[in-house]
Amino acid sequence: MKQKFDIITSTCVPLPIENVDTDQIIPARFLKATDKAGFGENLFRDWRYDKEGKPVKDFVLNDPRYANSVILVAGRNFGSGSSREHAAWAIAGYGFRVVVSSFFADIHKQNEMNNFVLPVQVSEPFLQELFASIKADPKTEVEVNLPLQTITNLATGRSEHFDINAYKKHCLIEGLDDIDFLMKNQTKTKLWEQANK
Amino acid sequence: MNTLFDKIWDKHVVQVVDDGPTQLYIDRLYCHEVTSPQAFDGLRARGLKCFRPEKIFCMPDHNTPTHDQDKPIADPVSRKQVDALERNAREFGLTHYGMMSKDNGIIHVVGPEKGLSLPGMTIVCGDSHTSTHGAMGAVAFGIGTSEVEMVLASQCILQQKPKSMRININGQLGRGVTPKDVALYLMAQLTTSGATGCFVEYAGEVVRNMSMEGRLTLCNLSIEMGARGGFVAPDDVTFDYLKGREYAPQGEAWDKAVAYWRTLRSDDDAVFDRELTFDAADIEPRITYGTNPGMGIGITENIPTTPDYPLNPNGRLSQQELSTLKSLQYMGFKPGEKLLGKKVDYVFLGACTNGRIEDFRAFASIVKGHKKADGVVAWLVPGSWAVSQQIHDEGLDRELAEAGFEIRQPGCSACLAMNDDKVPAGCLCVSTSNRNFEGRQGPGARTVLASPLTAAAAAITGVITDPRIFL
Repeated sequence: MKQKFDIITSTCVPLPIENVDTDQIIPARFLKATDKAGFGENLFRDWRYDKEGKPVKDFVLNDPRYANSVILVAGRNFGSGSSREHAAWAIAGYGFRVVVSSFFADIHKQNEMNNFVLPVQVSEPFLQELFASIKADPKTEVEVNLPLQTITNLATGRSEHFDINAYKKHCLIEGLDDIDFLMKNQTKTKLWEQANK
Repeated sequence: MNTLFDKIWDKHVVQVVDDGPTQLYIDRLYCHEVTSPQAFDGLRARGLKCFRPEKIFCMPDHNTPTHDQDKPIADPVSRKQVDALERNAREFGLTHYGMMSKDNGIIHVVGPEKGLSLPGMTIVCGDSHTSTHGAMGAVAFGIGTSEVEMVLASQCILQQKPKSMRININGQLGRGVTPKDVALYLMAQLTTSGATGCFVEYAGEVVRNMSMEGRLTLCNLSIEMGARGGFVAPDDVTFDYLKGREYAPQGEAWDKAVAYWRTLRSDDDAVFDRELTFDAADIEPRITYGTNPGMGIGITENIPTTPDYPLNPNGRLSQQELSTLKSLQYMGFKPGEKLLGKKVDYVFLGACTNGRIEDFRAFASIVKGHKKADGVVAWLVPGSWAVSQQIHDEGLDRELAEAGFEIRQPGCSACLAMNDDKVPAGCLCVSTSNRNFEGRQGPGARTVLASPLTAAAAAITGVITDPRIFL
């Protein structure tokens, strides 16, 4: 899943629900796999399919108007609860590259980045305006520019700066992960161990 | 002027990356079967070994059935995951406590119990309830599988340093008010995101007077306020608990360790990014009514009403109000109503939150001399084989059996229903676990979180009941 990042322009899937927890993103009964494949099929499983396994008509992932979107826009406090990285694998596996919310839970945010999905934290007014834009026109596009750290609602032209540390930004743009870094720094780890015996 | 969190964190810093995260050294990694297989695959794909295998302990807990553990797990997918952990542990040279081994149980119960989690340590596990180990005076937090792979490979992790928060709880807890109720109260005050980005130090008279088991429950639930972790500065309660445990230092090393552990406290002039103080007198037995742990009330209170209710849901309700209504619809509750007297179908005692000996003592203290209500299915699941043994040694199993309750075999069980212990759709379960999310205990299951006392009161009356009437 190491995908290099640059500028992404896409329509958005709106999910205007607050406190979406990782049990909703991927329910526990789907965590039994021992690899990372196939989680996208069960993304938001219990909101997306009914008991018989038929698609729930009014759930947004079943709305063909948003079928090609690679940006998920969700209400405040996205990804709370369980640390399961399966949630990030489901989001990435479904094809999302960016998740926009006004607030993210810590562990899930980190898990997204470790899977080359960019969490973009915006202000509440930006988020609400974006939901309104999408409601008015489902074709509303958003541009996420990682090099410049900006997100723009192309329907209104409203743009915001978002935070990401320089290290992680470099990793996402270059397709590097933390293990690459840690293995290169093993001598420093050994020195720390020596000093803290 | 350092906080205890600063002291432990700073000591473990290998380096700080320019405009980036900290490379933090990890003293203890725990692995369970659900969040580790992909990490071991990652090592194999990169041709890496475990850097410090002696610091890593593995045990299955999420998939384990709570009966017939001596037989192969019936669900082939669960069995495959449990087997994968054993195989990975062997291949990478890690200690593994398999099912039916006397050392097995829920990781967050076993770690403290064996003295594997010690004051001043950094502890991680691919599990958000790793915050539990903070009760030992450690910096302990949940991580994702990519991060598990990092620690397996390098014994380090890259993290932004969290902010510090202190929560003081002063005064004395009232009758029937347990550490679980304190945590549920804090979640309702702070919401599930109120402590996001923070490490919480729990302090004050209530915390000082709390037993180790109580502190473990309190710290366990830190994540439910969004906190990265929570901890209690170690003191004599901690040292008494740890002394003589299998992996705790022994002899001279013990004395030296305790001398160091006594220095593990926030300086008197330490400044926290945020500090909150609560009064124990404001806390009554708690219960949740919604689909996140922050949606809770005192057991005698009514579910809050939103000011605009009952508007047409297509009307002017805010996103927050719509989310609340969606929750209540799922639970089958109405704004403004009481929970007392609601019919209960299931009761679950257990989980890394309330699966310890004190929880079983508390439950037994209420049900002793009564009978389980007809129509209630009760699952009593010890957090470990050691807890199970102690329940037996204290004769609690006999008292519980007389009241119509059976003790099952240890594991995470109905907390997240990855084994067979699933609450059927539409059924109401009073649960001592940590999450009431939609579908958490099975698709369509309705969970209300409460203490072991409240769970016991529900189990004998068949309805949600204030446990204080039995005390």
